[in-house]
Order: sequence, then C-alpha cells, then structure tokens
Amino acid sequence: MLKVDNIQVYYGAIHAIKGISFQVEEGKIVTLIGANGAGKTTIMHTVSGLIRPQSGSIAFDGVDITNTRAHTIVEMGMAHVPEGRRVFAKMTVKENLEMGAYSRKDKGALEADYDMVYSRFPRLKERRKQLAGTMSGGEQQMLAIARALMSKPKLMLLDEPSMGLAPILVDEVFNIIKDINKSGTTILLVEQNAHKALSIADCAYVLETGNIVLSGDAKEMLDNEAVKKAYLG
Amino acid sequence: MNVFVQQVINGIHVGSIYALIALGYTMVYGIVRLINFAHGDILMMGAYFGLFSITIFNLPFGAAIIVAMLVCAVFGMLIDIIAYKPLRNAPRISALITALGVSLFLENLFRVLFGAEPKKMPNVSSLQGHISIGVIKISYVTVLTVLLSIIFMVGLQFIVKKTKIGKAMRSVSEDKEAARLMGVNVNKTISITFALGSALGALGGVLYSVAYYQVEPYMGMMPGLKAFVAAVLGGIGIIPGAMLGGFVMGLVESLSIGYISQSWSNAIVFGILILVLLFKPAGILGKNVREKV
Repeated sequence: MLKVDNIQVYYGAIHAIKGISFQVEEGKIVTLIGANGAGKTTIMHTVSGLIRPQSGSIAFDGVDITNTRAHTIVEMGMAHVPEGRRVFAKMTVKENLEMGAYSRKDKGALEADYDMVYSRFPRLKERRKQLAGTMSGGEQQMLAIARALMSKPKLMLLDEPSMGLAPILVDEVFNIIKDINKSGTTILLVEQNAHKALSIADCAYVLETGNIVLSGDAKEMLDNEAVKKAYLG
Repeated sequence: MNVFVQQVINGIHVGSIYALIALGYTMVYGIVRLINFAHGDILMMGAYFGLFSITIFNLPFGAAIIVAMLVCAVFGMLIDIIAYKPLRNAPRISALITALGVSLFLENLFRVLFGAEPKKMPNVSSLQGHISIGVIKISYVTVLTVLLSIIFMVGLQFIVKKTKIGKAMRSVSEDKEAARLMGVNVNKTISITFALGSALGALGGVLYSVAYYQVEPYMGMMPGLKAFVAAVLGGIGIIPGAMLGGFVMGLVESLSIGYISQSWSNAIVFGILILVLLFKPAGILGKNVREKV
C-alpha cells in the first residue's frame, strides 16, 4: 500500500530524516513510535506531500508520489489527520465534513457517507450546525477523524490522535481506529503513547533522531526489553 | 431635513462603491494576510476598460461593466501570480512593499499609455434622469449603483457561504496546510479570490467614474484608501464587515460634506480610522484576538 524508500528530509539546515525506509501493507495498522523530535511528524508530512524529500522515493498503491502535490495525493485515496487536529474552527461541523469530501467525485454517494459518519460519531450529528472551534478537544479529534473518513481513504495517516485527551477518550479514539481498520482502511499511526499504539498495531517501527532503530511485529515489541525500557516505562 | 435625506442618499451611493472595493481588500487579506494596496488601481483599470468598451467598442453600458469586470479579474490573478505568489513564504512586509510598488507601476503604466489628462466618461443616456419623491431626488445612477452593489454583495456572500469554492476559500484562510490535506489546491483558490475581488473592484470603478464623469490614472488612490479604511473599520478579513464599513464611510463622508465642510470630510474620515485603530483595532465586527505566533 505504502512504500517509503530511503528518504532524506531537511528542514532548512536541519537534517530531520536521515534515510528512512518502511512499508505499510494493505489492511494493516502500522505504527511509528519514538520520542519527541525523532522525526515522526516530519515523516507523516513527507508521505502526504506537505513537504518534499531531498532524496529517496515514496510509492502509494504502486504509484510514485515522491513529487506529487498534497492535494492530488488526497484524491488518490490517502487521508492525513494532522497533529493537533487542525479542524476548521470557524466552519461548522457539517462544513468540516464537507471539506473532508472536497476531493470526492462521486457526489451521489455522499449522503450515505454523512449518515455513516454520523452513526459512528453521534455527537457530531447533534452538533453538526455548531462551529468546530466551540467543541471540546475530544470532539474536535473525533471530527478530525470523521473529516478524514469523508474522503473514503484507502490509507489513513493519524498523527498523535490521543494527544491532550483524557484517558477515557484515549481508549475511545483507539477503539475507533481499530474499527476503521476493520472496515477496510489501512492505518499509519504516529503516537507518543507507545503502549497503546503497539497494542492495536500489527507492526511497528521505532524512530530515534531521524533513523529507524528497530522494526518488527508490534506484539513482540511490547515484550522487547529495550523498547520497554525506553518507551513503555 | 431635506438636506439630511439627500446627504444620506448620497452617502449610500458612494458607500456602496466603497463597500464593493472594500470587499476586495478584505477577501485578499483574509486569504493571504496581505493589504493589497494595488487594489485601488484595479478600480482605475476597471474605469478605463469600462470607458474604452463604451467609447471605442460602442458597447452598451451593461456589457461595458461585464467586460471591465472580466478583464480586471484576469489582471487581478496576473498581479497575484507575478508579484505576490513568489513572496508567499517571505516576511509579510515584503509583500506589502511589493503591493505599493505594483500600485505605482499600474498608475504610471496607465499614464504612459493613455496620458495624464482626465478622460470624460460619456453620459449614459439610459441613466439620465431621476426619481422624485416629494422634494427628494434620487438619480438613476444612484439607484443603479446601489442595486448592483447589493446584488453583487449578496452574490458574493452566497458564493462564500454555500459553494464549494467558497468553502475552499474559507478553509484556506483558516489553515492552508489543513486545506491542502483536504485536497484543496491552495494556489488556485487564492487566484480565484483575487479574481473575485478584482471583478468587484472593477465594478466599483465603472460606477465611480459614472458618478464623477472622470477617468484618470490616479483616480483609484483616494477611493482605494477610503475603501481600505472601510475594510479596517468593519474588521479586516470579515466580509460583512467590509460591506458595513463601506456604508458607514459613505454616510460619514457625505454627512460631513453636508453639515461641516467639504474640505474637512477627508480629515474626518481618516480621523475615524485612527479612532477605530485606537479603541477597537479588530474593527466593528471583529473580535479582539491575539495574533497567533
């Protein structure tokens, strides 16, 4: 589904990503874990086309997207739920969902998808006429995920979806991610909450200052002594 | 009383022109955070294209307005692509200075091409005459100006609130990166914003030249500046604010002409800008929020 091959990314003079390769297989949940500043968000931005790698290549669904612009990548079936949710605060919940469906060509199927999203997130239905900026952090995170779902993605990128949420909401968010995956969407998940991420993921990559230092089966990694020590406390 | 009513009518007339022009300032500011000081010159260009459509191509007045709006929409997009787009990630002050440069360039370009002498906007025969209500007279030009302004403002509001491109514009104005992640082509959306703003500015230009019978290269400066004040007054970046600000400006101006003096009216208008900036910097409809860093 996604194949990242030896990408190097610079932020100005900073060498943020130093030659990283990884793969996301169709139908799986793959997680990137690592400390703050390891380069997780930079990788997500590079995959979804917001920034370009200096070298290396990215292929999505067998098509090279290394130099494809972000708005075209969305049309190809990749949705990115960015860190910090980034919902459109001055637009209503419904309008945010409409923005999620912006790239869709099949207008006829939209109504059914709004219903699908509303049944998954009943709170959003109640609040559909409310401005997104007036909702709580948890509701905004649900909206950010729902908005991404509206583009009918084959692959969904989620960047720190549990950040700043109360523990009970964290569980809810992870359940939703599992659900979305079960209904056929491949997931690439970046999380600081490594324990949670590993417990729902199929496979995992551990990042340290721009390099992948460990990769493998997520369940095995939960028992890995080095990972336990560094990331699971 | 008659003077008052007459001045209010004049105020609404000129105010609706300010409102049309203010919309261009506020839309562009909303989407790229740039005060496009060349916008007043779009008004001037609109007046020239309207004039030429009538005098050279013998087009009827309605067609002349449409030509002016379309041509200026294209020029608005070109100005953005040539002058502002390369500076999108530069400090804001660079784009602002560039806007001043574009303004001077356009004024002098039109002076070189068509001379500094004011050209006379011909009388549009269908617009001669007025409606009389008792002793109050409302000229057809006023009626047309106010009507057209309101129609286009309602139309713009519909575009921004209800259509796909309008939603794209609002999303880009809030968060460009998030908009890209929705599949919005940010550059295209900015271009369309410039086109819409410039078309409204051109309409304002034609209507302004019809009211004052003159077309000259520097004619955009004063109304441009006043429309900018109107946009700030209403709350820059807020579309209904620009409309409200335009009408407030027009009324203040014509009432000060009527009751104080012609020569003081500009001082009063700009005095209001200073007061607004002092006491409610975000404008009448703006919320005072801290600038995000």
